[in-house]
Amino acid sequence: MMEIGLTHYLVLATILFAIGLVGVLRRKNLLLLFMASEILLNSVNVAFAAIGHYLGDLTGQMFAFFVIAIAASEVAVGLGLLIVWYKRTGSIDLDTLTSMRG
Amino acid sequence: MEAIAFYLFAILTIVMFTYTVMSNQALYALSSMAAGMIFISAFFFLLGADFLGVVQIIVYTGAVMALYAFGMMFFDSTREVRENNSPKIVVLTLSALSAVLIIAIVVAPIIGDNIAALYPQSEFVSNPKAVGIVLFTKYLVPFEVAAVMLLVAMIAGIVLAGKKMDRSLTQMKEEEIALLKNNDSEGKVTL
Repeated sequence: MMEIGLTHYLVLATILFAIGLVGVLRRKNLLLLFMASEILLNSVNVAFAAIGHYLGDLTGQMFAFFVIAIAASEVAVGLGLLIVWYKRTGSIDLDTLTSMRG
Repeated sequence: MEAIAFYLFAILTIVMFTYTVMSNQALYALSSMAAGMIFISAFFFLLGADFLGVVQIIVYTGAVMALYAFGMMFFDSTREVRENNSPKIVVLTLSALSAVLIIAIVVAPIIGDNIAALYPQSEFVSNPKAVGIVLFTKYLVPFEVAAVMLLVAMIAGIVLAGKKMDRSLTQMKEEEIALLKNNDSEGKVTL
């Protein structure tokens, strides 16, 4: 069997990123849309860790840590906003958010 | 051995995340995503990033998944989630974008062959120790900024979702806010 190289990990990260992208475009429920965005962040983390490993560098892992911190705060603020929106409108469907008519 | 582990976890992760994206049941989507997050941490262990793998398990399957579970219970989205069918043009654009991304990623290592390591990994120091050394010397300022950002996010979450605050401007309709302003003759709106 072939040895696992950087390209394997990058292709995997791309596939995961594409899955997350499909989710972001497909979902209308805002909670599930947030979940799809978590998949996007995770795929980038895998790419960071793989590149850092194959370059023998710790910077990739550092960036992955900061991405995790950003993801955690994004979920906290996003869910708070969703709760406020749900209390006001009784729905977290994305189509109810279109209040601006362009 | 490494190849077997890689392909096993790659297939498991892809299946789990595909199910997360495609499932119509919010509960199944949440469970499969929690499983996918744990499988992702396996890649970090394979890559020698032990500390990152542990953080992945603790933060994602511990904290973020708990938040999503709480949100799911609050929003009562356990019923079937309806999605509108996307038009064909969206699918076409998405496929083209993914293809371009894959090509760029496969080509990128060939171009970037002459990149030198900025903070090389030492053979004599374990991964968590090395991470700590780099994080608290070279990345101290971003680390502190991230800490402040997490604090701001925590306060924002408490303010937005707090129950005991009976007078919160974020939960009022516009008419109620206008009424509140009219009642306060001095023009002071107490939050």
